[in-house]
Formats: sequence, structure tokens, C-alpha cells
Amino acid sequence: MPRMDPLFAEEVNSFGRFDARACLNCGVCSAVCPMGIELLPRKLFRYVLLGVKDRVLENVQAVYSCLLCRLCEVNCPAQVRVAENVRFLRYYLNKKVFQI
Amino acid sequence: MPLPIGDTVGILADNLRMRKSVLPIPARSTAAWARGLGLARGGETILYTGGMYQLVPYIQALNRFQEKIEDSWLAGMIKYGRMANRVINISALMARPPGSERESSDRILVNIARLLRRAGVDFGYLYEDDLYSGALAYDLGADDVVEAHTRRLAGVFKKYRVKRVITVDPHTTHMLRSVYPALTGQHDLQVKSYLEVLVERGAVPRKELRLEAALHDSCLYARCENVLQEQRTLLLRAGVDLKEPADSGRFTLCCGGPAESLFPKKARETAAKRVEQLKKVSGRVVTMCPICLVNLRKAAGGEIQLEDISGYLVRAYCEG
Ligand code: SF4
Ligand code: SF4
Repeated sequence: MPRMDPLFAEEVNSFGRFDARACLNCGVCSAVCPMGIELLPRKLFRYVLLGVKDRVLENVQAVYSCLLCRLCEVNCPAQVRVAENVRFLRYYLNKKVFQI
Repeated sequence: MPLPIGDTVGILADNLRMRKSVLPIPARSTAAWARGLGLARGGETILYTGGMYQLVPYIQALNRFQEKIEDSWLAGMIKYGRMANRVINISALMARPPGSERESSDRILVNIARLLRRAGVDFGYLYEDDLYSGALAYDLGADDVVEAHTRRLAGVFKKYRVKRVITVDPHTTHMLRSVYPALTGQHDLQVKSYLEVLVERGAVPRKELRLEAALHDSCLYARCENVLQEQRTLLLRAGVDLKEPADSGRFTLCCGGPAESLFPKKARETAAKRVEQLKKVSGRVVTMCPICLVNLRKAAGGEIQLEDISGYLVRAYCEG
């Protein structure tokens, strides 16, 4: 059972680079995403915002599958910068998980 | 077993840090396309390839290797590859492209240089200092390595007193125009794609091509760099009857290429979707990014004819 980890959310915030707070959770991004991965990007961002670190770590493949094509961004009603947020998550995982 | 993400990203980042490119190819191969063209070394205005077109045949060769080992036990061996790669350039051994692929990439760059000359643009080239822009490592989130690399690049531009950069592909254009200023603090470099330069110069074709073709927009040009009209203007002037596929312009569908280094099969599926859309409007497709070109070509398997925009433009604007 995945647990909320407030420290994770805090740690992500401390970089000042992840910002999906404006997300309305409308699902447009996932509907248009050419990768067709259920998690991308809406659910993934929810997990990060809620601090469900286990879920993020279980889904590393989805984080790196994003094409950074920004088709979701041009369709997003809340102007969430999806590609930059995904890039930040990669940066975070590279550092914290893969020690790159 | 899928390809191990951390080790694959690690190899590419190690290469950029130690060998100045994600897939290190000899500097003389990067600059080989310019042999015999008599381009001046350096100058205030330079044609900067960022090695992207030259790199793509090597990326393709590596991907062929990855596709073979993806989902096999061999994928697990990549972690040893990363260790060995720190000592010897092992990725260069895995990625040996055939000469024909390198020649066709080089030809695209020659075409671009010819087009700029024909439009009266005075430009130089950096030869062995034409460093990679860091685009792939940046996309993979290897930001620390990319930051250090951009400082190296800034040093090169300073050494040659470069003021204006003409780029040849969307990934390099995006890196230099939208990413590089924030990373290096250098905001006075003027960066333009050669397509923008040709339109600004009012390039005039010498002959009409009189053919029909579909246009595949690059995601970065269309959604980040606002290079949307230039390719259309140049092709229409050249007498190309342009066909727009479903999802075009700002809403273009990605070729899948960016997933290639980690998920080759997924990349191919995405490219196949795009090929289906393109096929519906024309049997001839124009691309403007080396990654789109190879990825769509692979998925099309010869069903449609795909060619870089520079080929069409050189035939219309330089020959005849
Ligand atoms: S389209 Fe934008 S607002 Fe809607 S779920 Fe996606 S990120 Fe959130
Ligand atoms: S940027 Fe990523 S999440 Fe958004 S549409 Fe493209 S592949 Fe999907």
C-alpha cells in the first residue's frame, strides 16, 4: 500500500523547479498524449504533488517515456509546463536513484 | 528485461562529460562534410551544426544494437558497459554506422551551406570546435553535465568572437536559443535557424519543382521556436503543392524519436502512427529534423518517400 511521504513533496519543492499546482486534473493531457501511457502526465504529477513517492519510484519508466513533445502543453487549459516538470523529475531520479 | 534506464542515461551523460558528446565521434568526422567547401574558420556569423545530423547515423546504429538486446538478458549487461565505457569508448564500438548513412547526413549539411551562400549569407564554420549542443542529455535530465558542457561551448563562441549563430536542426536551435542563455548567462548571441535566415534574405528559387508533398512539422520548431511559416513559405515559393496531414503545424504529432534511446519499440509504434497520417495525404514527405527523418523512415519501411527539406530547397533554389 503506497504511503504519502510529506518529506518527498518538501524535497521536490526545495528545488523550486516542479510546478504543477495549476493542474485542474481535467485529463486533456493524457487524452492527447501520443505515448498512450495511462500515468502520463496527469496522474504522475498528482502523485508528486501528493507526495506519493512509492508510486513515482514504481513508475520510473513512464517518467523517461515522455517524448517532451509538448502536445499536452498546447492543449492544457491551465498552461502547466509539462515538459519542464517531466525533465525535473528525470533530474531528480538521475540524482537520487541513479546517482548520475 | 527492458533497457536499464539509469545505466543508459549514465553512459550518455558520462560521454558528454568526458568526451564532449553523448555518442563520441571523432571531431574530424563531425567536420568532414565541410571539406572542400572553403568555409572560413570562425567569424561573427557561423553555421553551427551542433553535430546533430552527423550524430544521427551513430544513434541509429546504437539503436539497432539496443533493439536487438531490449527485452533480452543482454540488457542487464549494460551496467557493466557503463563501467567499461568510463575507461574505453565502448559506445563508439557499439555504434558503427554504414558509410552511406554518414554520407547522406553530410549531404544535407552541404545543401544547407549551398542554400545560405546562394542567399548571399556570409558565414564561417568552427570545424573541430563545432561541439555538440547537449540536447539529448538535457532531455534526459542530466542537467549538471549539460551545464558544464554549455560553459565549454560558451568558451568556444568567445574564442571565435561569434555573435550570430545559424542552426540547422530544431533540437540545436532550441538548445541555443531557449536553453543556453539561462545556463550560461550569455544573452547576446543571436540564434536563427537557416530556414528563418533564408526567408529573411528573401531567397528566390531558380526553378519550380512542381510536385506534391506532405509536411511533417518538428515538435520543437512548431511548439517552442515558432518556426512554422518559414518552411511553408520556402516550399510554396519553390512550387511545392503542400499537403497538411491531420495534426499539423502547432499541433503536429511527434515522430517518437525522443523515446528511441530508452524505448526503441515504443518509439517505432509512435512513428508508425505518424506515418499512417502522412501516408493519407501524400506518398512524399518533407521533414526538417534528423531525428524525425530516421525515425519515420524506419517506421515507413519504404512505403513513402521521406526527405529532408534541404534536398527540395537546394534543387529549387540552387540548381536549374
Ligand atoms: S491538461 Fe493541464 S490541467 Fe488538465 S490534467 Fe493535464 S496538466 Fe492538468
Ligand atoms: S510531452 Fe510527454 S506527456 Fe505530454 S503529450 Fe508529449 S509524450 Fe505525452
